[in-house]
Amino acid sequence: MILKVNNLNKSFGGKRVLKDISFGLKTGEILAIIGPSGAGKTTLLRCINGLEKADKGTIVIDNIYLCKDQNNKNIPAKSKEMKKIRQKVGMVFQNYNLFPHMTVMENLIEAPINVLGLSKEEALNRAYDLLKNLGMEDKKDAYPFQLSGGQKQRVAIARALCLNPKILSLDEPTSALDPELREGIASIIKKLADKDMGILIISHDMEIVKRVATRIIFMAEGRIIKEATKEDFFNSFEDGRLKSFMVS
Amino acid sequence: MLAYIYTLLPSIFDGLLMTLKVFFVTLILSIPLGVLVSIFRLSKIKVLAKITELYIWVMRGSPLMLQIVFIFFGLPIVGITLDRFTTVIIAFILNYAAYFGEIFRGGIESIDKGQYEAAKVLGLSPYRTFIRIILPQVFKIVLPSIGNEVITLVKDTSLVYIVGLGELLRAGKIASNRDASLVPLALVAVVYLLLTAIFTMVFNKVEKRFSYYE
Repeated sequence: MILKVNNLNKSFGGKRVLKDISFGLKTGEILAIIGPSGAGKTTLLRCINGLEKADKGTIVIDNIYLCKDQNNKNIPAKSKEMKKIRQKVGMVFQNYNLFPHMTVMENLIEAPINVLGLSKEEALNRAYDLLKNLGMEDKKDAYPFQLSGGQKQRVAIARALCLNPKILSLDEPTSALDPELREGIASIIKKLADKDMGILIISHDMEIVKRVATRIIFMAEGRIIKEATKEDFFNSFEDGRLKSFMVS
Repeated sequence: MLAYIYTLLPSIFDGLLMTLKVFFVTLILSIPLGVLVSIFRLSKIKVLAKITELYIWVMRGSPLMLQIVFIFFGLPIVGITLDRFTTVIIAFILNYAAYFGEIFRGGIESIDKGQYEAAKVLGLSPYRTFIRIILPQVFKIVLPSIGNEVITLVKDTSLVYIVGLGELLRAGKIASNRDASLVPLALVAVVYLLLTAIFTMVFNKVEKRFSYYE
């Protein structure tokens, strides 16, 4: 298990957003977390990326605790461990959050040079290979504003991959894309999971989930309602909420 | 007429040198200090933020002329004696750093929090994030406001006459009184206008250089 989440709880101003969430992720897996908006999907992803502090429960990433309970308190990782965890989890934001004042290449090499301590040349080589894999090498000197939504997303994926993460997490990867671009992102995601990596996708786009996911978690109102392999998941529509979500 | 103007030039030129000296020293020192002020003002350390707020209020809420007088006559009372130029420059820097601080604060607050989050998940340190990701974007945003302050500063330099330093406007006034003529003051006005025209041009150039991204 590259990621283990156990009994995770999170509230915002008294409103419980995550209720006893437990699940795991293995290398090579593509786990899709789906559910209606307000289900807590994004909050869950933000907790795993250390952007939100949990109230209770544990998150373990590649055998390092991101947070755990101790004496009725939830203790986050110390900064040394946190640094290691940051390298293990890559995040692709819904609106990409590229650095607008930097070229594609500069976006990609900033962290490898400063966090991993690579030389500029090593970082440039690594970034170039990633861009080439994603068919973006001719855009290496472009600024983000010169790119289309799909291109920005591929740069955001490349930037996350530059640190060689064990987990790649994507928040609503198709929400800002034209339908014809979904095909492209689906094949990219599938290709990535072959590598030494587990992928976590948050989406309410059933098309992309059907195409890429190996396992599916359905969330509603802060809880996991159903967890199953993709095949089992689409064969069982017994849950009313699930049904209404799938139909809508 | 031209011959008369020619006789004025040496003293006007001396005044201009002092004006430029005050201008550049203030600008070069108060901008970095302004960045620091904005960081303190936005600090999570409540005491620091409050003290900075008080400082900004005093500096922006009272006339610069008064601040110069207080520092000029106040520092010797607490046992610090500096030369006139240093004293007046301290007042200018403290005053302008407060204005720049508020401009930078506005710029920093207008940066999308997604930029911080992207830097965070990449593992960049807070210092690195500020220097490499946030500050370059802030500079682009605040450039027009900084340009405004720079123009104001050109004209504010005339206040150094309070401590007896001879700058551009003072040189013009002396000649005007002596010769009972408006010509020296008109000449001074032309010099000020030329200065502001040059600085406006420089700022337009810099803004253009920052327009390589949107």
